[in-house]
Amino acid sequence: MDYSQFLAMKQEIALLCVFLLVFLYDTFMPRESQKGLPVFTVVLMLLATAAGFCSHCLGTSCQSEVFGGMYFTSPVVAAIKTILNIGVVIVLIQSIKWAGGELMIMRRGEFYELLLVTLFGMYLMVSARHFLVFVIGLECASLPLAAMVAFDKNRYESHEAAIKYILTAVFSSAVFMMGLSFVYGLTGSLYFDKIYAAVFGAESTLLVMAVAFVIAGIGFKLSLVPFHLWTADVYQGAPTSVTSYLSVISKGATAFAFLVVMAQVFGSVYSQVWEWMMYALIILTITVGNLFAIRQRNMKRFLAFSSISQAGYIMLGVIAYNALGLAAMMFYILVYIFSNLGAFGVIGAIENATGKVSMDDYRGLSKTNPKLSFVMMLAMFSLAGIPPFAGFFSKFFIFTGALQGASVAIYVLVLIALINTIISLYYYLLVVKAMYISEDECPVKNFKSACSERIGMWIAVAGILFLGLVSPVYDTLIELAANSEIATYFLR
Amino acid sequence: MELKAIYFLIPSLIMFCCGLFGFITRRNMIAMLISLELMLNAVDMNFVIFNRFLFPGQLEGMFFTLFAIAIAAAETALAIAIIINVFRASHNIDVRTLNEMKF
Repeated sequence: MDYSQFLAMKQEIALLCVFLLVFLYDTFMPRESQKGLPVFTVVLMLLATAAGFCSHCLGTSCQSEVFGGMYFTSPVVAAIKTILNIGVVIVLIQSIKWAGGELMIMRRGEFYELLLVTLFGMYLMVSARHFLVFVIGLECASLPLAAMVAFDKNRYESHEAAIKYILTAVFSSAVFMMGLSFVYGLTGSLYFDKIYAAVFGAESTLLVMAVAFVIAGIGFKLSLVPFHLWTADVYQGAPTSVTSYLSVISKGATAFAFLVVMAQVFGSVYSQVWEWMMYALIILTITVGNLFAIRQRNMKRFLAFSSISQAGYIMLGVIAYNALGLAAMMFYILVYIFSNLGAFGVIGAIENATGKVSMDDYRGLSKTNPKLSFVMMLAMFSLAGIPPFAGFFSKFFIFTGALQGASVAIYVLVLIALINTIISLYYYLLVVKAMYISEDECPVKNFKSACSERIGMWIAVAGILFLGLVSPVYDTLIELAANSEIATYFLR
Repeated sequence: MELKAIYFLIPSLIMFCCGLFGFITRRNMIAMLISLELMLNAVDMNFVIFNRFLFPGQLEGMFFTLFAIAIAAAETALAIAIIINVFRASHNIDVRTLNEMKF
């Protein structure tokens, strides 16, 4: 065996090193220095992210296929992993305060180890070009998350959320693997490219069923609408740091993996088999997510439904089925990471200080905590897509990408998505109204949030303000996507 | 009598559907977990059957099954741990009582 193959897995190896160092620190450092573990993890993750970034700038992240074609990496895949890394760094920074608490003293290391393992699973998922590796990545990404959801041992909701998450996760992976077994029966292979070649032009009922099962299986993880029922409960019950991780990183990674699977495995039957399925899913996801978000009072539940509808917008990048759609999706997820983490940063800060998570508690927040409410307002504007902020540009690109299709159906789809943007504006502004306009006798008292939380929020705000205006970001992404190997599958 | 793939595929499909039905109708978490296990085993059977009957020259399906079994075991272990946690918190493993958060 040629061991130099492992060199292609630079980012995985970097992550593994981070994991091992964190593990060693957790196991062998004396108890007094355990407090430094969160900062230690953040620094290591920052180094890993910077390494990935530099390797992109230096042009050393080349395209290679190793382990008999089971693992694949290319500049675009590396960029996807770097985007995930950036999100993880922000999540880690925001979780320092929570992880430093007294309740966490015995389990601080476990949180970071589980988090890094799930990230490793997501890397595998994005890089897999064989379904065995993909399934291992998927499970590696979802099982430790269940343990993370159950992390707040003293809160009953945490257990309830965890059991809901693990049962739906296992159920969805069973459905997903059933779909894979049909694919295997049809084509006799689990390699992406072999399946692509084998199903070319095929039109069988079994194939439709297999694709439906695969979409359903991944749809559970992405919380697309008929499969979204776990989302709100899990987001509400999980600790806020885990919720933010679930809503941005887990969702972003799964979305990329979904795009890769749909393009490179079932790309040859795009219009016959899964185009109409995706239309139905997207319309349902965006609309139902929006309508349910309106009536939520708990901020975490509210953001859960908002993230469901955002997943629908992200799926527009899949249905676009062109290089611009891929670039738009990457940019959308990057922006979504910053905006959602801005919102979760504020929620986490207020929860850590006062324990309040209801929208009613946010009344009059602008009087007592003007800076926090300003961050929240920016995050809400960005999520809703109001022009100068990054969210507008990401929505703009994803609609442009989808409209390249130029068929009536896709125009109708984008129109529905646009109408839903207006509905979403309503409920995002409900939060802003609660903070700035509503009066309350006893608003949340003025408090000073922890230094780490402030840094996390500053990064999020910087992303929200500048990502849309700094054009090199999306220029790079568009260039990467256009030259990527995935783009070659888009030729219909 | 010649054994065809269909004689094996239909039981595995029935197994999958039984698991699905059980998952939806059962109210005891352990029973739900058993139903999930049935579904996962039906998947494993499917892979083995396809491999044995359609592509006898290769081993891809068998290997997938081996990994799937390992993954299923991990899933079950984790799920049982969480069920025990729930039981400690509420002294009950009926899913109908897990209704603190809804809608």
